Amino acid sequence: MIRVILPGHLRTLAHVSAEVQVHVEGPVTQRSVLDALEMQYPMLRGTIRDHVTQERRPFLRFFACEEDYSLQPPDTLLPEAIASGAEPLLIIGAIAGG
Amino acid sequence: MSGVRVLVGTRKGAFILTSDGKRQKWDISGPHFSGWEIYHLKGSPVDPNRLFASQSSGWFGQIIQRSDDGGKTWTQPGTPPGESATGPGGMPKAESNKFVYDVSSDTGKPLTTHMWYDGTQHPWEFKRVWHIEPSPTDPDTVYAGVEDAALFRSTDGGKNWKELSGLRGHGTGPKWQPGAGGMCLHTVILDPSDPNRIYIAISAAGAFRTDDAGKTWRPINKGLVSPYIPEPTAEVGHCVHHVAMNPSRPGVLFMQKHWDVMRSDNSGDSWTEVSGNLPTDFGFVVDVHAHEPETVYVVPIKSDGEHFPVDGKLRVYRSRTGGNEWEELSKGLPLRDCYVNVLRDAMAIDTLDKCGVYFGTTGGQVYASADSGDNWAPIAEHLPAVLSVEVQTLP
Repeated sequence: MIRVILPGHLRTLAHVSAEVQVHVEGPVTQRSVLDALEMQYPMLRGTIRDHVTQERRPFLRFFACEEDYSLQPPDTLLPEAIASGAEPLLIIGAIAGG
Repeated sequence: MSGVRVLVGTRKGAFILTSDGKRQKWDISGPHFSGWEIYHLKGSPVDPNRLFASQSSGWFGQIIQRSDDGGKTWTQPGTPPGESATGPGGMPKAESNKFVYDVSSDTGKPLTTHMWYDGTQHPWEFKRVWHIEPSPTDPDTVYAGVEDAALFRSTDGGKNWKELSGLRGHGTGPKWQPGAGGMCLHTVILDPSDPNRIYIAISAAGAFRTDDAGKTWRPINKGLVSPYIPEPTAEVGHCVHHVAMNPSRPGVLFMQKHWDVMRSDNSGDSWTEVSGNLPTDFGFVVDVHAHEPETVYVVPIKSDGEHFPVDGKLRVYRSRTGGNEWEELSKGLPLRDCYVNVLRDAMAIDTLDKCGVYFGTTGGQVYASADSGDNWAPIAEHLPAVLSVEVQTLP
């Protein structure tokens, strides 16, 4: 299982605690993890990636094993520690605004 | 005994205030959707327990919430928590927050660009829902006015949204320009006497009307004069802040423009100024008495550069003559050191015999009058900045 840590407001929206687990078939990438996350929690569609372009929303970033994957192509393989569930994928909201 | 439910949208959540018909003691629930911007909430006239809310965030985008029990519980239409994410055939369930501009060939692709602040052309980009307008006849039909300006409609209780793209596609779109708050479609008025007639207003494009249920639209800005735009009497480009109508007289409209309070007696075909003796005719809200269609309310704001009341005195002005002659209403309102604003959707009027008037401020107060504006009292204080106020009169 893949572990994903969500920002606070999205936890409230999805009615979950900080960490959720999703199952991914095949390569573990940013896209496949987010696809699985949105399938399991459809209320998150459009909140992390734009509905139409599927691009990351500007004020969110993706971190894996202390590396910023936000600007990586969405089909880039995530580290083995993410694929094995040893480490979570962090979805983090920008510390900005009010 | 009948009662009222006041729906308050703020910068950091929604609040629901309830009272009996006396409107003296108030219960406050909330914050709902804590931490999110709630631009607007509104109830269905057909089913008062059905409420819709526009929840948005600069981080996470747009969410639509619906309550079917008067605001006690909320879900995103089509995606109740705990249920399967997919419907029959493995298709994803409805995506109630999906607002996608129509670019289909049968509606006039390409549906134009609009004018950016610097005068260049800019593509439409969805940002948020400013106003939700439930149908007066069908609890599953609801309209959404959005930024960048467009009108969407749902016919399944908010599960799916489709643009009424004739509005953007009718030809003047390249001349529409964002106001300071963005290029928002903020006013949606459904004519109760004619289901095919809808009025909308956009800042800063002006007012528009359809007479064929949204297929085609035309600007209704004749008579508006805006000296601060290149062509002061242009067909479009006016910064209309809000429009109000008494349902018993659908052809009569009142408008608070950027500057100027206006009135139309012919469904918007032409407008005349009725600012009269107002201390300033800049402002955002305008509303009409529930039972006296010539009684109108505004909250004058000092100027476009100074968004606060004149002399630090928060006052509502009422005209009982359909404009021009205005009286100051100040009993119970702060009359010194008050520098809040009252935003365009932040006034509402109930339909009790002695109708109640409500408005919210950017300072987080909600004021109410149970006697048509003669006397006022705060019914909530210290809320986040108020973005919108609606009221439901309950049986």
